[in-house]
Amino acid sequence: MKILVLISNVPDTTTKIRFVDNNKAFDTSGVQWIINPWDELALTRAVELKEAGGVETITVANVGESITEPTLRKALAVGADDAIRIDTTPKDAFYVASQLAQIAKDFDVIMVGIEASDYNGSAVGGMLAELLNFNSVSAVSGMNIENGQLSLTREIDGGQQKISVKTPVVTIVQKGIAIDPRIPAMRGIMMARKKPLTVLPAVEAGEKTSYVNFELPPPKAACKMVDEDNVKELVRLLQEEAKAF
Amino acid sequence: MSILVYTENWDGKFKKLSFELVSYAKALANELSTTVTVLSIGKVADEELKKLGNYGASKILNVADARFDSLDNKALALAVANAAKSEGSKAVVFAHNNLGKAIAPRVSVKLKGGMVTGVTALPENVDPFVVKKKVFTGKAFANIQIHADIKILTLAQNSFELIETDNKAVIESFDAGVSDDVFSTTVNETNKVTGKVLLTDAEIVVSGGRGFKGPENWGILEELADVLGAGMACSRPVSDEGWRGHEEHVGQTGKIIAPNLYFAFGISGAIQHLGGVNSSKIIVAVNKDAEAPIFEAADYGIVGDLFKVIPQLTEEIKTIKS
Ligand SMILES: Cc1cc2nc3c(=O)[nH]c(=O)nc-3n(C[C@H](O)[C@H](O)[C@H](O)COP(=O)(O)OP(=O)(O)OC[C@H]3O[C@@H](n4cnc5c(N)ncnc54)[C@H](O)[C@@H]3O)c2cc1C
Ligand SMILES: Nc1ncnc2c1ncn2[C@@H]1O[C@H](COP(=O)(O)O)[C@@H](O)[C@H]1O
Repeated sequence: MKILVLISNVPDTTTKIRFVDNNKAFDTSGVQWIINPWDELALTRAVELKEAGGVETITVANVGESITEPTLRKALAVGADDAIRIDTTPKDAFYVASQLAQIAKDFDVIMVGIEASDYNGSAVGGMLAELLNFNSVSAVSGMNIENGQLSLTREIDGGQQKISVKTPVVTIVQKGIAIDPRIPAMRGIMMARKKPLTVLPAVEAGEKTSYVNFELPPPKAACKMVDEDNVKELVRLLQEEAKAF
Repeated sequence: MSILVYTENWDGKFKKLSFELVSYAKALANELSTTVTVLSIGKVADEELKKLGNYGASKILNVADARFDSLDNKALALAVANAAKSEGSKAVVFAHNNLGKAIAPRVSVKLKGGMVTGVTALPENVDPFVVKKKVFTGKAFANIQIHADIKILTLAQNSFELIETDNKAVIESFDAGVSDDVFSTTVNETNKVTGKVLLTDAEIVVSGGRGFKGPENWGILEELADVLGAGMACSRPVSDEGWRGHEEHVGQTGKIIAPNLYFAFGISGAIQHLGGVNSSKIIVAVNKDAEAPIFEAADYGIVGDLFKVIPQLTEEIKTIKS
C-alpha cells in the first residue's frame, strides 16, 4: 500500500494574527511555520502503520512556494520517504486540489487533514477525491490495515463507526488518528537531508474564490467579575442580563 | 432555479441546525428572488418533512433510500449534485458539520461551483457575491468573493436565527439517480453514546480543565450539567491524561462548539482552547488565578476555587428551577 500525506504549511497555533496591505493580506513577518496539526497526526499514523509492516512507502506533498520546504523536511524527518512540492502560491482550495490531483492518482490511500488551521477551509480533501473520482471518508479518527484491507473509524454525531472502504480512497482525518504527533529524532533529521524532495511546476487551474479583505473581531467588553462568595449574583446576571437560561 | 439545502436527519428527525439552514437559505432566496428546495435523504416521515416548510422551504425532495445510510460520501455527493441540477440551483447550502464538510467540497467540484465553508452571515453583497467566514480558528474574519456562477456554502452552526414563516412545503419523492456500483462504504459497527446531551447540540456546555486535579473529581461537574441540561466538555490535557473521554475535548484540535453559554472551570484559556469555544455567545470563567487569560475571553468571571463555586452554582440553579 502506498500512502500520500498532504501537508499544509501553517502559522504556529500561538501566532498573533495581523493583516497588511489594507487588510487584504495576512502579515507573515516573524511567523513560525509548522505542519498543520492534523497533517502531523496523519503523518504520525502513516509512520506507525509503515512500522507495523502494512505500508510500502509514505510520500508527503505540499502546494506552496519554497518557504514551505523546512516544513516538508520536518515531515521527512518524522518518517516520510519522499516529498513533493508543487511550486506555486496556493490560491484557493480548488486550485490546490487541482494541483494535487496530478500526483495523488498514483496512491492507494491519501491522508488529508480535516482543516488547515489558517483559512479553515475543510475543502481540499473532498475536492481532491472528486477530481480523482475516488471515494472519500471524512472525520476519520482511526486507521488500520489488516491483510491489505483498510479499516477505518469515523466520528458520527454522538458516536463512532467502524467501516471498511475500497482503495483508492481519500481519508480526511481528525483528532484520534494518532495520539501524539511524532517528534523527529536526531537520526531522522540527518536522514531527511538525503531523502528526495521533488519540485514540480504548477498546472493551469482556475480559482473560484478570492479574499476581498480580512477583519479582526471587535474588541470584547471587559469581563464582569463577581465575588467568589456571591454565586447567587452570577446566576442572577446570567439569567436577567445575559438571558442565558 | 431555487436554492437547494441538503440536511441530514438523525434517526428520522431533524434538529435545530436543519431549521437554521432552511431559515438561512430562505433569507438568501429572498435576496436572489427565488425559492428554497430541501433535499432529504433517508427515511423521514412526511410530518417531520413538513416542519421544514415552517422555516421557508417551498419544496422537499425526498429520497427515502436506505442505501445512503452508510453515508458513502461519493454517493451522497452525486445525489445532491443531481438534485441541484434537476432544480437548476444557483446555490447549495450545507451544514458546517461532519457530513456537510464531507459532501459540500465534492458537490462544488461536480457543479463547477465556488465554495465558502463555515459562513457566519448572509452575503454582504450578492452581485458580486461576497460572504463572511471565520479564519485563523476564530481569530479573524475574512470576506470572500465567489466568482463561479454556482455558489456552495456551508453554514456555521448557531450563526443564524430561526425564522418561522407561514409557508407550506410540497413533498415530492425524488430519484437520486445513483446506481449501486457508486457505493463502496461498508459500516461494520456503530457505537453511540445514549442518554447524554450531545456536545455539538448543547445550548449550554460546562467544561473542566486541569484545575480539576485528577479523574476522581468530576462528580460535581456532572451534577451541574445534569441540573442545567448541559453538555460536558474538557480541555485537551484532561482528555490526553484520560481523566475524561476524547469526545469531550474541545479546542482547536478537538471539537469546535458554539453554545449559548459556555462555563470554563479550572481552564487557563490557552489560545488553542479558545479556538474551539470562542464562538460561544456567553463565556463564564471560574479560575483561582486572576491573571488567567481565560478572563480576557470571558463575559463573566469569578476568581475562586472551582471546588467551592460549582456546588454553590448547582444549588442556586436548582433553587431557581424549582
Ligand atoms: C498544536 C496544539 C493544539 C492544541 N489544541 C488544544 C485544544 O484543542 N484544546 C485545548 O484545550 N488545548 C489545546 N492545546 C493545549 C493548550 O495549549 C493548553 O496547554 C491547554 O488548553 C491547557 O489546559 P488547561 O487550561 O486545562 O490546563 P492549565 O493550563 O494547566 O490550566 C489549569 C487552570 O486551572 C486553574 N486552577 C487550578 N486549580 C483550580 C481550582 N481549584 N479552582 C479554580 N481554578 C483552578 C489554574 O489557575 C489554571 O489557570 C493545544 C496545544 C498545541 C500546541
Ligand atoms: N497548500 C497545500 N498543500 C498540500 N496540502 C494542503 C494544502 N492546503 C491544504 N492541504 C491539505 O488539505 C487539508 C485541509 O485543508 P483546507 O481544505 O485548506 O482546510 C490540510 O490539512 C492538508 O492536508
